[in-house]
Amino acid sequence: MATSVVLEPCHNTSIGHAEGSVIASLRSVSKKFGQQIALDRLSLELRRGEVVALLGPNGAGKTTAVRLLLGLSQATSGDVRIFGGDPRDRASRLRLGAMLQVGRMPETLRVREHLQLFSSYYANPRPLGDLLAVAGLEGLENKLFGTLSGGQKQRVLFALALCGDPDLICLDEPTLGMDVEARRAMWEQVRKLAARGKTILLTTHYLEEADALASRIVVIQRGKVIAEGTPQELKTADGSRSIRCTTSLQASFVSDLPGVTSVERDGDVMLVRTHRPEAVLRTMLAHDATLSGLEVRAAALEDAFLALTNNTTAAVQ
Amino acid sequence: MATTIALNIPRTQPSLPRICFNEVRFELLKLSRNRAYLCSMIGFPVVFYLLFGVTNKASVFQGHTIARYLLAGYACFGAMGSSLFGIGAGLAFERGHGWLEMKRASPMPAAAYLLAKLCVSITFAVGITMLLMILGTAMAGVHITIIEALRLLSVIAAGVVPFASLGLVIGLLMPSNAAPGVINLIYLPLSFCGGLWMPIEALPHWLQHIAHGLPSFWFARLALGSLGYSDSSPLLAWALLASYTVVFLLAAAFIFRRQEAQA
Repeated sequence: MATSVVLEPCHNTSIGHAEGSVIASLRSVSKKFGQQIALDRLSLELRRGEVVALLGPNGAGKTTAVRLLLGLSQATSGDVRIFGGDPRDRASRLRLGAMLQVGRMPETLRVREHLQLFSSYYANPRPLGDLLAVAGLEGLENKLFGTLSGGQKQRVLFALALCGDPDLICLDEPTLGMDVEARRAMWEQVRKLAARGKTILLTTHYLEEADALASRIVVIQRGKVIAEGTPQELKTADGSRSIRCTTSLQASFVSDLPGVTSVERDGDVMLVRTHRPEAVLRTMLAHDATLSGLEVRAAALEDAFLALTNNTTAAVQ
Repeated sequence: MATTIALNIPRTQPSLPRICFNEVRFELLKLSRNRAYLCSMIGFPVVFYLLFGVTNKASVFQGHTIARYLLAGYACFGAMGSSLFGIGAGLAFERGHGWLEMKRASPMPAAAYLLAKLCVSITFAVGITMLLMILGTAMAGVHITIIEALRLLSVIAAGVVPFASLGLVIGLLMPSNAAPGVINLIYLPLSFCGGLWMPIEALPHWLQHIAHGLPSFWFARLALGSLGYSDSSPLLAWALLASYTVVFLLAAAFIFRRQEAQA
């Protein structure tokens, strides 16, 4: 999947970890279901204007963490706060918006009616026209929910999360079932929200999405945070780069060079992973005057993610 | 480490009556557009009443046409259906597919959600009863006074409450695809044994004994009483229905707590 696309982290946000006020936190939170430990003394802080992506393999505890933050379940131990209060208080929820994974929802209400109902929960909701525009639902407001496509339904859920113009927005797999265009449009809206100082907590299976949106990625495994940082930090955590080129050099020659971790060959094309790209390249260029089609890039987030979750000891902080 | 700071002044809370009003309004709209729901909920009592009540208009029971007597029972039948299906199946669907989570993560007060479901069940129950009254009067020459009609409607409206509570228990326990089937398994025997379909005296003796333990029986006694048939104490019937309500609500609260702890 690895593309050499320039990353677009949300520069408008306060990326520095010490900056920005904490608006939500899990402190040393554990959650047990009987004998099974879903979260193991997990700590997580969300600051104003951040887009935080929660990544982890299935069953890692992402959903549990989000549900605790939304006040939908109670921690076995530890402290969960949003806006300085208990997430189960209605006052806290007035500043919170959630887009959850919903299999089916009432299909005999129109888009407009669903939005009207959710808007009535807030004293100063976002205007309907505004919501329709942000979620890309213009022209669909009078359609019955049941007649919408999967992607359109997702957009209604997104609009529902934004009804109260919340300061903290939790998006659980927001672009599931969306086409590329709709997905990009939603990313754009998420960036705009962050630019307005809103905090977004995102759980996603699309690493590309986390890469494109997150100012910070938190990787969870077996209920613990195993890595945390900007997408760039995670990708370069082990300093690894990949070199791709067309060369006549022997794979065995390249793999013996210092700092090379792996070499793959596909016809004339060679893929080299290394911690010392400059030195390796210098040697390769010196030995092969015909070397062409050169590309050097950071490891993809997917590689970093797999490396992390396959090897829990590789803490990156 | 940065401390947790509340950024703004806490947001103002919208008025509770307004939320409740909207919740009721859209719940009503939602169900009235759901044809499958309307068919089973209104269809059952209307068709049964036409078959067993209206077609027997010549037969006389306790000094009046049998259609007048059965009006009370089928009104109860309709009320039970609207609350068991409206709340039981509705909640099971919304819970099972994750929609309830969306609502619970929102600032919607849980009371507004439950109140809306109850109000809509009552509305449908009252509507079905009025429909049956019209059918009985027009097609079977049933004669009831305005006072009797109002008394029956009030009994029906209040009598929805215990069955709504039972619906809550079913809605919390059942997966959404199983709920309608399970509801029918409870709804139909409860109606038959409670004497809603035919005079309780027509049932076998042992079944009449069982009937005394069923909420449907006491609901029917009250409905019949409002039309001048039953001689049993309304106070006792109300007390028993209230007890059923308390038991069902306690069970629902217990189930909800347990599910929440496991979620």
